[in-house]
Order: sequence, then C-alpha cells, then structure tokens
Amino acid sequence: MAQFIPLFPFLAFVINIFFGKRLNQASAWVSIVASGMAMLVSIQTFFEQQAHQNGSIVLGEWLSLYGVPLKFGVTVDALSVMMLLVVTIVATLIKIYSVGYMHGDPRYSRYFAYISLFTASMLGLVLADNFILLYIFWEGVGLCSYLLIAFWFERPAAAKAGLKAFITTRIGDTGFLIGIFLLLSLTHSLRFSDLAHVNVAGNETFFMVAALLIFFGAVGKSAQFPLHVWLPDAMEGPTAISALIHAATMVAAGVYLVARTFPLFLANPAALEFVGIIGGISALMAASIATVNNDIKRVLAYSTVSQLGLMMLGLGVGGYAAGTFHLMTHAFFKALLFLCAGSVIHAVHSQDIRTMGGLFAKMKITGMTFIIGALALAGVPPLAGFWSKDEILLSAYHGHQGLFMVAVLTSFLTAFYMARLIFLVLFGKPRSDISHAHESPVSMTFPLIVLSVFAIFVGLIGSPLAGHAFQAFILPHEGAHEVEINSMIMWLSVLIALTGIVLAFLVYMKGLKLPAFGGLYRLLLNKYYVDEIYQEIFVKPALAVCRGAFGFDFRFIDGIVNGTASCVQRLSAIFRPLQTGLVQNYLLFQVVGIIIFILILGGLCFRF
Amino acid sequence: MFPLLSSIIFLPLAAALGILLTPRNNVRLIRTFALSATFVVLCLSVLLVIKFNSALPGVQFVEHHLWIAPMNAWYFLGVDGLNVAMVFLTALLGFLACIASGGIGHSQKEYFVLYLILMTGMLGTFLALDLFLFYIFWEAVLIPMYFLIGIWGGPRKEYAAMKFLLYTLAGSVIMLVGILVAYFSASPHTFNMFELAQVMPLFDLRLQIFLFLSFYIAFAIKVPVFPFHTWLPDAHVEAPTPISVLLAGVLLKMGCYGLFRICLPFFPDATQYFSLSLAVLGAINLIYGACVAMAQTDFKKMIAYSSVSHMGFVLLGFASLNITGFNGALLEMFNHGIITGAMFLLVGVLYDRAHTRELDQFGGLSATMPKYAFFLTFCTLGSLGLPGLSGFVGEFLSLIGAYPVFPKLTAISCLGLIITAGYFLFMIQKVLLGPVNPVAGKYPDMNKWETLTLVPLSVIIAVVGVYPAAVIKFQQIALEALLIFK
Repeated sequence: MAQFIPLFPFLAFVINIFFGKRLNQASAWVSIVASGMAMLVSIQTFFEQQAHQNGSIVLGEWLSLYGVPLKFGVTVDALSVMMLLVVTIVATLIKIYSVGYMHGDPRYSRYFAYISLFTASMLGLVLADNFILLYIFWEGVGLCSYLLIAFWFERPAAAKAGLKAFITTRIGDTGFLIGIFLLLSLTHSLRFSDLAHVNVAGNETFFMVAALLIFFGAVGKSAQFPLHVWLPDAMEGPTAISALIHAATMVAAGVYLVARTFPLFLANPAALEFVGIIGGISALMAASIATVNNDIKRVLAYSTVSQLGLMMLGLGVGGYAAGTFHLMTHAFFKALLFLCAGSVIHAVHSQDIRTMGGLFAKMKITGMTFIIGALALAGVPPLAGFWSKDEILLSAYHGHQGLFMVAVLTSFLTAFYMARLIFLVLFGKPRSDISHAHESPVSMTFPLIVLSVFAIFVGLIGSPLAGHAFQAFILPHEGAHEVEINSMIMWLSVLIALTGIVLAFLVYMKGLKLPAFGGLYRLLLNKYYVDEIYQEIFVKPALAVCRGAFGFDFRFIDGIVNGTASCVQRLSAIFRPLQTGLVQNYLLFQVVGIIIFILILGGLCFRF
Repeated sequence: MFPLLSSIIFLPLAAALGILLTPRNNVRLIRTFALSATFVVLCLSVLLVIKFNSALPGVQFVEHHLWIAPMNAWYFLGVDGLNVAMVFLTALLGFLACIASGGIGHSQKEYFVLYLILMTGMLGTFLALDLFLFYIFWEAVLIPMYFLIGIWGGPRKEYAAMKFLLYTLAGSVIMLVGILVAYFSASPHTFNMFELAQVMPLFDLRLQIFLFLSFYIAFAIKVPVFPFHTWLPDAHVEAPTPISVLLAGVLLKMGCYGLFRICLPFFPDATQYFSLSLAVLGAINLIYGACVAMAQTDFKKMIAYSSVSHMGFVLLGFASLNITGFNGALLEMFNHGIITGAMFLLVGVLYDRAHTRELDQFGGLSATMPKYAFFLTFCTLGSLGLPGLSGFVGEFLSLIGAYPVFPKLTAISCLGLIITAGYFLFMIQKVLLGPVNPVAGKYPDMNKWETLTLVPLSVIIAVVGVYPAAVIKFQQIALEALLIFK
C-alpha cells in the first residue's frame, strides 16, 4: 500500500490546479482530505512494517543505464515509516491551519495546489528506494519551495527570495548529482539497500569524494553552512509554508539523506566527521545570529538552521538514532513555533519583535502553545526537545569532544534566544498599539493545540521512561546499541537550558545590562556578513564573467566571422578591376598565363 | 505498398504548388490550405510512428528506386530509430508553427509557399538514405529559410538572412567535397549510406579524419558547435516566431542527426579519435552558451543562446560513445525541439503584444496573464532540466553516459546546470514576478489559438519526463547497432 501514499496529495494537486477556481473554498478540503488519507495509510504502513519488518516494493523499470535496468521502487523501513508519519501528520495539521491563515487570499486554491504537490513530492522522496528517484522528488520539493516562497510574487523581496532559494539549493544539488554519477561508476548500483554492503577497499578516496558530494546536496537542502543563506530569506513566503517546508519537512530532507545513506558515511570515517563539523559550525553560527535578530520568523529560521546543524552533528558523531530522533521531535515543535508566529503575525500585522510585547493577555491559546513550543526547543524536561537533544549530547560526548562543546554551547544559546523571543513577544509592556490584536480562528488554534500535545509527549518515546522505544524501533538490527542513561549529561542539559532562560529573563524582563559587545553585536546582526561576502566573491564575479563571455562572443567570435566576410569582400574589390570588359585585356592575361604555364612545365621537365 | 515516406515529404511541396494557384488576396483560403496540408503531414507521421516496429533492426518503410543511373544515385528513403522521432518532431512543429503563422502580416501567399517548401526540405533531410538525395534536401532547406528570414524578419533581417545563408552554405560546400571523395573512394561508386558505412570504416585513419572533418564542419555549423554558433542568435532574433520555432526545433537537429547518421557510422575511428575534442566542445557549448545567455536582456536572444547551451548535452552524449550517452543525446534532440519550440512560441506571444522583447519591459505578468504564466513557467522548468519533465531525462542520460568516459569534464559541465537555472529563473522573475508593469499589465492573456499550440507540447514535455521509455524504445535498437562500429 505504501506506494499509493504520495498519490493522494498528488491527486489533490491535479484537482486543485485544474478546477481550483471553481472549487474555491472547497479546494482546501480536497487538500486536507487527501493528506488525511495519506496519513491513515501511513499509519497502516507503520503497523505493517512492525508486523512484517522491512519491505521494498519494485514498481517498474524507468530507464536502462549502461544496459542495466534502473528500477524504481519504494522502500518501507523504520526510517521511511517515521518520516511518512511525521510528514503526513504535520502536513495535515498545517493545511487545516492554512484554511484560516490564507482566508481571503486571491490565489487560495493555487496555494492548496502547490502545498499538495509539495506533500506528494516529500512523501515520494521519503519512499524512494534509489538515488535517482530520490533526486527526482528532491528537485520536486525544491520546486514547490520556490513556488511557495515566491507565492506573493508581487513583492519583489519574495520573488528574489524564491530565486535565491532555488539557485542556492541547486548548487548543492549539482554536487549531489555528480556524487550520484561517481557512486554509480564505483558500485554499479543506485539502490540504497546495496549501500549496506559496499566495499570501499582500494577506492577509499573516491568513496569519500562521493560521500562528500552527496552530503553537499544535503548541505544545500538543509541550509547548512556554507549554503545556509537562502533559508532566512525564504521567510518571505506564507508562514504556514515556513512551518511545513522550511522547518518541519523539506529542510530535514538533507538530514534524512545522510541517514538514508548512512552506511556510506560509516565506511568513510573522515566524511562522517566532516558531516559533524559542518553541522557544528551551522549550529553554533545560526544560534548566535538568532540571539540578536529582531524578525520573529527569521529568529525561528536561524533556529532551524541551528537545529538541523545539531542533527547533522549527531549523525556525524555516529549517533544515527540521536540525529533521526531529533529530526522527528524538531518537526513537531518547530512547526508549532512557526504556526504560533503566524498566529501572532496574523494578529499584529508585523514581524518585528521590537513592536510586540504583552500579547499573552490578548492571545491565550497562541501564547500557551508558543511557550510549550519554546520550552520544547529550549530543552526543558520532560518536553520533546529535551530527550532528543540529550541523545545528541550523549552521542557527542562519546564521539567527539570538540563537537560536544559546540553542542553544549548551542543548547545554551538556543534556550537564551527562545526565552528572549517569548519575553519580547508575549510579556512585558506592549511596545505598540495592540488593541486590535485578537486570538486567531479555531482552524488556526486547533492545529496549535494538537502540535503542542506532540511537542510535550512525542519525546517520551525515545526517553528512558519508555525504555528507549524509538531507538529500538529505528535501529532494529543493532543489537549492540546499548541503552545508556547518563545522568551527568542529563543534568548538564537541564542546567544549561535553565541558565539560558534565566539569563534572558534578567536581560529582557529585568533590564539587566550585558557588557557591551559592540563589534560582536554588529557582526551577529549582519549575519557574519555572509550574504555580502557571497555577493562580492561569487555573484558579482559570476555576472561579470557572463557579461565578459557575451562581449567576447560578440566582438571576437562574431568579429572573426564578419571579418572573414569583409576580407573576402575587400579581396574581391582588388580583383574586380581585372574584370574590365575589354577583350584585349583578357587576351593579354591569357597569353601571359600560357607563357607562365609553359615555363613551369618546362622547368618541371628539366628537373626530371 | 503505399509510399508513406514520399507522401510525408512531398505533400507539403504539392500543397505549395496548390497555393501558387490560389488568388493572393484570399489569405484565409491560403492559410487554411497550408494548415490542412501540415495537419495531414502530422497525421501521416503519427501513422508512421504507430506502424513503426521498434523491435526490428534496420530501416523500415523503405523506398528504393534507381534515380540517376549513370551516377548510381538512388531515390532511397527509410525510417529507423535515428530519424523516426525527428520526423514526428518536424511534422508536429511544422503544424504548430503553421498555426502560429497567423500573425504574418503581408505577402502571405509567398510566405506559405516557402514555408511548405521548407517542410519538404527538412523532412527529406531526415528521411533520405542516399547521400546525393540527402545533400539535395539539405540544400533545399537553405533557400526558403533565407527568404523567410530575409523578407518576414525583424529590423536586421537582411544581415541575419545573409549571414545564415553564407555560413551554412560554406559548410555545405565543404560537405560536398566530403561526399564526392566518399563517392569516388567506394567501388563501385555509391551514394548509398549503408553501403558507404560498410566501406568507409576500412579506410585508414588519416583519410577518415579528413572526411570526418569535411562532414563535421557542415554539421557543426548547423548544430551549432562553438565557435560556429554566432549566426544562430542573429537568425533567431530576426526570424518571425514560427520560423524561429522551426530553426531551433528542427534545423539544429539536422546537424546533430548528421553526426549520428553519417559521421559515426562512416568514420568510427575518426569519431573515436575526436571523441575527447567533441566532449570538450560540448562542455564549452554548455557552459559558455549558458554564460552568454545569462548576459542577455533580449528574451529571444536568451533562448537562442540557451539552445547553444543545450546542444552541449547532445555533443557530450554523442562523444561518450556508449549506449547511455547516445540515448541521452538523441532524446535531448527530441526534447529540445519540443521545449525550445514552445519557448519561442511563448516569446512570440509576448512580442505580438508588446513589440519588444526587452526583459525589463515586463513584470508581474503572473497576475494579469495567468495562463501565459503557467505555460512559461512550465516550459522554463522543462528547459532547465527539472526532474519529472522531459528536459531532465535527456540531460541526465547524456551526463551519466559521459561521466565514466570523461569524469572531470562531465563534472565541470554540471556547472552549466546551475547557470541555466540562474538565467531562466532570472527571466521568470523579470517577466512574471514582481509588481505589475503598468504597460505590460494591460496585455490580454493567451487566446485559444496560442493555447492550442502550447498544449500538445506541454503534454509531451510531461509525458516524456515521467515515462521516457516512450521515446527511448524507438531509438534503442538503432543506437545499439551504432555501437558495433566502435
């Protein structure tokens, strides 16, 4: 049945794109019902997978490469089942939320068409059993992301952000594609299931390059350093989209890809360490930016980059279960946070947290759920983020001292900026007129409540309280996976979370003055000037090269062509006077010609 | 047996004669006549595709008659995996471009006569299997094309038409030398491509190289391969919309087709000798063409350079000399014809309204012309190789075929994928997104004729993207046969 899951949302896309105008409001329900169906089948698939273990369904041959048929199929294992559940549950809730959030938009049905196409592609990506099929859907979700970031295309910033997202991720995707080529030439197989028995012996360098190139694709998709620049700008899209695509699902696809191809990285320890380092850099860099940013959505966007970095870090230190666990919990509470932000923006029509404050009194449900999401992200027990972050810290503690420190520091910054966000948005005195602010409609608050239930409880399945059920589920064959409870790490984790929150409380509620970090503050506020640097060293030179190429083409290449033509013209101008029309002249040339001919002939005869 | 291929080739010519007998002021009748003729040709080519047995090796629907006995020149036509898709492509674009010819404002009678003669020339080039006949059709394309650009073109039409004519003619003359040497070196003298393909590979490498180059230059000009490409932007920009469609969709493929039909089977050793050079040229086409496209402000010129870039995939796939690369190259030829044909139609839609093609003159058309926005976005995504649409499959197969042979070069060529996404999305941003341009915002959306021309192309883009075997199954056996020469 699993292969039919993406078909439901795809059908909703087809219906909405062709008949959306006529369906009008009903287009939302087409989308929601399709998502719900996909969710039900996913749940059924989960039970089937539990009963019969992993399966793979071959759908058919798509092409043949070097005479070997390339068969497409779906893979049903713990990882894909987990992703199916996350994607379908979050997508369904966000579509319900969108009913209220997008109400009155002139392109209402178009929105639900795109979001359905996204859901279908994302589900296809998760189910793909080989690199090519995954790559197809990988680009598919990228397209939907582009279309939805630029959904309000009249705004130049939105159009620009869409372009930036597509190009930046395509840079990663191109590396990914080359990695696929390299891997195919090494292993002659593109099926994920064959990765488990790759033999890297003798080809270590090539396999490492292949792993790094594939990881480069993940870097683009998951907005990791150095390709993270597109994600904050992507916040120009509708907030529900930021929640679904740019927080919960698509951006996690990079982490999913590394998890899916994990055997390849395990076989290349250097590549695996590189994954961890990139994750660590992204985690720390983005978290530090989030502490000073004043745009409610951008704070969350940098937080997403940071958390995805933490997942990469977890995978990079060998914590397969830790990384995937955090992927799952993060999907729920980050989607929740974005939807709360959307609800706030809906109420105050501003994204600048300096103009907010005191909103808790006006919006009880949004406020409560926002706090739950923030605590979950900050890693306060017993909420979801605590358990999964704890797993990552534990893996890093055993795997890599440097990255462990990075993870600890990131956790501290995370607690700080989330508390800052909560205090500035919900509490204190209102810093602008919020008298018109009101709670959002039920269609928006209902998903908030459901997601906050997940944000509270979903972490428990991977906690010692439930006997690490998640880890046993995601690592079924790993008998060696020892269930370890390290209370030292756990206390440390609680301590840094509380320190961060308390510090934010003192600074933003009690007016504690931090020592002035003028230079550092400006550096963070300007996001380490990465955009400006890229503009100078990549974008401008690239455009200059293109203009140069055109100049070269026009002046030099075409110049030669036209030069040849004018040479011929000038040459003929020289000989033209010979054509006098006087018979005497022609006779003269003839006689001279014959004499020369005889002389040459004579000379030749003489030589032989 | 019913001479299907002859009917396909000469029906347009017969219709051209018919139009000559029609009064010149009855434009409606002339147009209907041309439309029905091209439609019948399309139906016949569909019939050909249906009846074509893709499981059989060798040529089918053969028509083989002695034509000029003293020269041993034959009237020899046939269809195999190499040209069946090209015939369908030509017939389809011929019909759709004919619909799009409604905007031709003057001398319609002459226009449609030349248009139909052009069709005959193109179809004949793909179907002729005798070198002499091939050469005649090849040349027959030039003359109508020259007039179609030179009379109905834009402001610099004389320059562009003359450049096109002289450039391609120069190539043809060099090819003629090659044809004659090939003819005289075979004994008994023959123009039969299959007989020549038996004889020529036995020649020593130096003669092969010389002959290869004589054919290659003619084909390279047509493709066009760097540095012979500068006629193309001029011709494209000046040509009227339907002629640009045929120029990009069909004429460029004549060059690529020549590489497969003549260069490779006649001179396998020389092809192998030059394979690295061809791959390098392919990479140059790909990246350089994309860079120059990026620098364009004229919509049509951008698409013209994107064609140069896309032909790089064909060259790369061809140079890989393996079945995967060949499949990719041949598929890319078909896909490029469909996609770029659609792109030129879309440029024409805008030009008809605005009489300018400067990208800065538009903006926000997504809001005012939703139908147009849909088709433009769809075809652009097809062209930039989005998986799920046809462009991707051809590019992917060409690259993956070339990778084991030229790993570094292929990896560098992938840069072209990024630049291509760059200029296409930049174009989308300027034309469709942003605030609505006050002038361009008043243009009406696509009418039903314009929609009619784009629907079939879009359907093909989607179908081939999802199910590429629909095209590949036709070419597989013929391409496998080509590998034997290697």
